[in-house]
Amino acid sequence: MLINLIVNDQPKVFLCKPGDFLLDTLRENNYLSVRRGCDTTNCGVCTVLFDGKPVPSCSLLTVKAEGHHITTVEGIQEEADKMGKLFGAEGADQCGFCNPSIALTVYALKKELINPTGLDVKEYLVGNLCRCTGYIAQERAIKSYLGDKS
Amino acid sequence: MINLLVENFLKPKTLEEAYDMLISNKKNMVIAGGAWIKLSIKNVLGLISLDDLNLNKIEVKDDSIEIGSMVTLREVELSNHLNELYDGVLSSAVHKIMGINIRNLATIGGSVMGRFAFSDIYPPLLVMDTKLVFYKQGEISLSDFLANPKMEKDILLKIVIKKEEGRGFFKKVATTPLDFAIINIAVSKTLAGFKICLGSTPYIGALAKDAMIFINSKKVINEEVLDKTVELVLGELKISKNVRASKTYKEELASVYVKRGIRKVISDVN
Ligand SMILES: Cc1cc2nc3c(=O)[nH]c(=O)nc-3n(C[C@H](O)[C@H](O)[C@H](O)COP(=O)(O)OP(=O)(O)OC[C@H]3O[C@@H](n4cnc5c(N)ncnc54)[C@H](O)[C@@H]3O)c2cc1C
Ligand code: FES
Ligand code: FES
Repeated sequence: MLINLIVNDQPKVFLCKPGDFLLDTLRENNYLSVRRGCDTTNCGVCTVLFDGKPVPSCSLLTVKAEGHHITTVEGIQEEADKMGKLFGAEGADQCGFCNPSIALTVYALKKELINPTGLDVKEYLVGNLCRCTGYIAQERAIKSYLGDKS
Repeated sequence: MINLLVENFLKPKTLEEAYDMLISNKKNMVIAGGAWIKLSIKNVLGLISLDDLNLNKIEVKDDSIEIGSMVTLREVELSNHLNELYDGVLSSAVHKIMGINIRNLATIGGSVMGRFAFSDIYPPLLVMDTKLVFYKQGEISLSDFLANPKMEKDILLKIVIKKEEGRGFFKKVATTPLDFAIINIAVSKTLAGFKICLGSTPYIGALAKDAMIFINSKKVINEEVLDKTVELVLGELKISKNVRASKTYKEELASVYVKRGIRKVISDVN
């Protein structure tokens, strides 16, 4: 079947089966920044924004996204670059596998929460696992990013 | 890659259509957020979407709050009305389920219909006055629904919680924020008295009715009454060991948190 999605503000038509998950559809169509970790809703690396809200693409059927906005990290390139620099400065990334999904989640957080506390930030990020770093450096980088008003 | 084999994805425009599709074939089922279906189902003939049926609203009525079955857990968590009901007992329970990305997908209806023993939402719903409204079978209390696992196929439309002046307490004990509860505990108090519920024991959430009758017969709540209440709770609700913890540990958790819950709901708000 053919499914219409708006990916990073561009209308797209994808060929998929009724049981396909969005993660597979996106990867088959070369959106390779969207990654597969656990495939069971536990790790967060498949996160994309669905109408601006973070969701695990491994568990959202592509057909259920018909007509909706999907944002991958390419859609927030400028903000992701800023975050990348801050993560780098804090030594908060190593292999980088988790960076796109964390960037999307932090971006959504910044839009959604007004003056979040440290605990609000941590709670917002539950379920975004990073295999490499400790989370403290990430926390510092995220704090700088949230303070950035540019 | 986990494959889900779906023959047809059906998008009914009316409830009647959706219900007819559901009962027309044993192998048809409804999909809400689909987060659980991904983990549990391999093969479906017709997957019936509830997306276009206007079931995604929280409505405040004179004497109740009605939560549409397609409202996401995140929307429940953020609702000011639910945050004010019984000290936000339901919102605080939902807040502890997985991460925000799953809560943006998983729905309250899927959570009720899942009949999950580990559920964090049955205890808070059970200590309030909660009814379920189905397309065919109409209104059923949540307790009756849980007591009757063999219910015929139906579509859950909404969850109706009576608005009452009440206090509430909820505690989920889990090893990590992503894990299921070792045990969860909810307590409430209204003018009519206390309600006490344990869930994930590892059995499905249930009210401790004997303990409730006992404590509601007491004018003064002192240590002795608390001890006896806990003894009755542990006597009447089934608790067993599982991979998460031993029976003794769960009983200890239940005693501490039932008492803490009762103390909280009779304490001054400030
Ligand atoms: C990895 C993971 C961890 C979780 N951890 C917890 C936890 O710690 N605590 C907790 O409380 N919950 C937990 N959950 C459960 C979650 O909160 C949801 O309850 C669950 O995902 C079901 O909601 P859904 O919208 O995804 O339903 P779906 O997966 O779409 O459906 C679930 C079932 O309900 C049926 N159904 C759905 N809606 C209706 C309806 N309106 N009428 C009739 N039948 C319906 C479906 O046919 C299906 O059988 C977890 C889920 C996942 C995936
Ligand atoms: S791949 Fe989706 S949550 Fe891990
Ligand atoms: S940097 Fe390697 S997974 Fe996060």
